[in-house]
Amino acid sequence: MTKGMKKYFQKKIFWFIVTFIAAVILNFILPRLMPGDPVNAIVGKNISPSATAEQVQEQIAYYKHQFGLDKSLIGQFGDFVKHALDGTFGVSYSQYPRTVSDIIGSGIWWTVALQLPAILVGWILGNLLGALAAYRRGVWDKVFMPVSLFFSAVPAFGAAVILLVIFAVKLGVAPVNGAYDPGMIPAFNWTFIKSVISHYQLPFWSIVLISIGGQAVGMRSMSIYELNADYVKYARFLGIKDRKIVGYVFRNAMLPQVTGLAMSIGSMVGGALVAETIFSYPGLGMAMYNAITSSDYPVISATTLIITVMVLLASFMLDIIYAFIDPRVKAAQFD
Amino acid sequence: MKSTLRNVFHSPRFLVGFIIFSIILLTVLIYPYFIPRDPLQSLGKGFLSPGTYVSVYDANNTDPYRVELPEADAKRLEASLPASDRVTMIEFLTAKNEAKGDVDLTGIDVSDENLDALIELWRSNYDEQDVRKSKYPGFSTMAQRNGLKRLDRKINGSSAGLVMTVTRGEGEDAVTTTVNGSDYVKVSEVSNAITLPLGTDNFGRDTLTELVKATGVSLIIGLIAGTVATLLGLTVGLLAGYVGGWLDDTLMFIANLFTVIPGFVLLILIYFSIGQAARGITTCALVIGCTSWVWTARSVRSQVISLRNRDHVNLSKLSGHSLFRIITTDILPYIASYVVMAFILQVSSGILAEAQLSLLGLGPRTTELPTLGLMMNWAKLFGAYTSSNAWWAYFPVILVIALISFSLNLMNTGLDQVFNPTLRD
Repeated sequence: MTKGMKKYFQKKIFWFIVTFIAAVILNFILPRLMPGDPVNAIVGKNISPSATAEQVQEQIAYYKHQFGLDKSLIGQFGDFVKHALDGTFGVSYSQYPRTVSDIIGSGIWWTVALQLPAILVGWILGNLLGALAAYRRGVWDKVFMPVSLFFSAVPAFGAAVILLVIFAVKLGVAPVNGAYDPGMIPAFNWTFIKSVISHYQLPFWSIVLISIGGQAVGMRSMSIYELNADYVKYARFLGIKDRKIVGYVFRNAMLPQVTGLAMSIGSMVGGALVAETIFSYPGLGMAMYNAITSSDYPVISATTLIITVMVLLASFMLDIIYAFIDPRVKAAQFD
Repeated sequence: MKSTLRNVFHSPRFLVGFIIFSIILLTVLIYPYFIPRDPLQSLGKGFLSPGTYVSVYDANNTDPYRVELPEADAKRLEASLPASDRVTMIEFLTAKNEAKGDVDLTGIDVSDENLDALIELWRSNYDEQDVRKSKYPGFSTMAQRNGLKRLDRKINGSSAGLVMTVTRGEGEDAVTTTVNGSDYVKVSEVSNAITLPLGTDNFGRDTLTELVKATGVSLIIGLIAGTVATLLGLTVGLLAGYVGGWLDDTLMFIANLFTVIPGFVLLILIYFSIGQAARGITTCALVIGCTSWVWTARSVRSQVISLRNRDHVNLSKLSGHSLFRIITTDILPYIASYVVMAFILQVSSGILAEAQLSLLGLGPRTTELPTLGLMMNWAKLFGAYTSSNAWWAYFPVILVIALISFSLNLMNTGLDQVFNPTLRD
């Protein structure tokens, strides 16, 4: 490892840690600036109508103590860090006494199982189509380009709604919402799996369709840019086989697309928000949406923390990987 | 400058995008002069499907013309016999067939094509006396028999030679006129008729008027958000890129924070923090602008870094020009085209961000103005996709959003091709 490389990594790691700490603090503070006292809401929901003012006060004090809200903001932050370290993330306000880790644990697998394959399929299909359009040109490209530009312009919720209306409401071939039939108990048997698969289709394709358009447009313009680069012309003059040149071109054009893939995997949870709320899919996006509408700070903090950590890790990994695979970054950063 | 503009307008992509965008913009500007209706005025109750609505009262008060349409009777019969009535007819015929066995039901169904056959069969088989005597299963009670009697009257009544009497006014002023089957009124002569090309939404508002207004408001939101984001991003990018050092590190650290906590989440949190009362159109636009400047800043920074060691910049530095002057005269002109493109994309993503926020119920709190996102949110809340099946309440909105961002993206790629010759096909 050269000296320049070492310095580069040290700098990256330093900023990684500083950003992480600042992000954790922001994640803690921002939700707590939200109006609406969650304790009053819980007490109002649970207390009997005949309770005296004293009893109400008692209840409020009890819950405040339970949640540690009677401590100072710094004390609360200490609790937050402690709970984050022991993995429970504290107790949910709106679904008391459920722990936050329980809520997240039940949602995260739905989100990962929905988003990860959808992002990958959309990415692969989009890049293939974009590369083909750039390589083939002609009529194919002339038709393909405006169409994919239009598809990438359709907002994510629009595509979700249109799929929902056509396939679930009009044709009735797919269920309207949820991740499995409401009457079923999650179990590892064929009927349950069949129900999960049929509920999976619409949210999955709505994500794939949208990402195909955007990826294809990006890949096409990167490929055209690379195909016109000087090294390609030089290689042609040298008489290198077209096939080999195309291999190099698309490898170079892929680089920014890899960044896009890593970032969309990193921001998967935030990206799930729209599709999950439209299809009422019980993932993390839905959990976050419910938490926001009920001022459930611990859940909001924990979900945003997950997003933060994932995005941060994704961009950090990218920095590291790029330093090895892209000679241009190497040249620019290491000296 | 002039030749650049000419180049830009020679790019077919830019031109198409520009035309679509101009059409949308012109519609927003001109529409209110033709239909000066308040976009949020409630005209009725609930979703009305697209079409022309003519006042029944006024149609009766308008002088009729005599028009003989060849298919008039058949159409009238079709319209007056809904599927439920046809099912009742078939039920009766089946019951009679089971009891007596003399009804040939082959080729009979509820479709419009076979309506004539169904009516023919009904006329030859229905007999009031017979129904009372035979007590067919399902039609044995008085109420059920009366139902059949009404149905029979409807079937025979809507055929040729139909005359209806209409009484207007009350008491001594009452005037009774007869209406013939061949009487027609001209829609433009009826004093109260309204054409709703896109029907009404759940509040009974004219969807088209509302949509035009909402498009205007959303464009303003996009414009404000795009301007704020571009100005912020440009300033940060220029300073970070040109000055460098600790300022660069600090600014990029802040930009990193904005990336790491995704804009959408930040937006929701800030949005909730400022409270519901403060959530107007402008605040919404400002919040969106303040969270989406990051990528503009990053790309401006990287362009400035590649510019700052050029000869003309160094010369300017040696001549003792101020930081402000170097940035405005030696750097800005080189990235101007890029900034314009970034601005266009920011406007489009601002409109999209508003729509997404509003869809989740986090949009502007306003009762005076509609936005595209709010229209989507209302459609979602009042079951336009599922229970009401009111495509006109959400599909045009999605289409307008898609068309706006499509036209802006087209303009952007068109500009890109003009300014980056390597991208040209």
